[in-house]
Amino acid sequence: MKFGILVNEGPYTHEASDTAYQFAKAALAKGHEIYRVFFYHDGVNNGTRLTVPPQDERNIVKRWSDLAAQHKLDLVVCIAAAQRRGLMDAAEAKRHGKDADNIAPGFRISGLGQLIEAGIQADRLVVFGG
Amino acid sequence: MAQETPDRVSKKFLYVNCKAPHGTIYALESLEVVLIGAAFEQDVSLAFVGDGVYQLTKGQDTKGIEMKNFSPTFRALEDYDVTKLYVEQEALQARGLTEADLVVPVEVVSAQRMAEIMESQDVILSF
Repeated sequence: MKFGILVNEGPYTHEASDTAYQFAKAALAKGHEIYRVFFYHDGVNNGTRLTVPPQDERNIVKRWSDLAAQHKLDLVVCIAAAQRRGLMDAAEAKRHGKDADNIAPGFRISGLGQLIEAGIQADRLVVFGG
Repeated sequence: MAQETPDRVSKKFLYVNCKAPHGTIYALESLEVVLIGAAFEQDVSLAFVGDGVYQLTKGQDTKGIEMKNFSPTFRALEDYDVTKLYVEQEALQARGLTEADLVVPVEVVSAQRMAEIMESQDVILSF
């Protein structure tokens, strides 16, 4: 089956991102396809490479980046939600005259149309958090 | 359910609004998805359940809390061909509201009927 995944909560405060990650990993292990993971609301904060959790804790952001590298996952951060919350790639930082960017490897910033498209293209869109 | 034609797929999208308009950002960002999604020419419906019914109430004044009052945007949904708005009857009743308190014409449905509406969808996004 082809899944789309929507993550609506940021890392650590809520378990939504953890559950979405476990779901994605389990689905891939069973041979399913993940069409796209879309990060919305505070979920965009899962895509900042500046998180430094204690060493004995899971690294939620790195875990997503690693899974993306391993399975060529499409991790998309909503641009409007990201702008509100200070998540930027190099192009966005330049466009807004900011002195830094913080997007993690494997993530890309794009529009809400990518979420709708995931709903259309996937067999199931699974929502985590919110 | 999903109708597939050679050049495009049309699915039934339902946006479920569960939360009051201003305590969290879910309601505002949900509406942003609806507006963007309208360009994709899918079969779109909106549901308002629980505290989500407060999103549609008339006379919202958000100046004091410095929030954007986005309730007028619901009146513009018609221009986007988004005309199916379902409101849970029990949620209105429990909050002392009636259809007359809402900014747009809606279809008030029982929780039972709402469940059936949800059952008939292809994609459900709940905020």
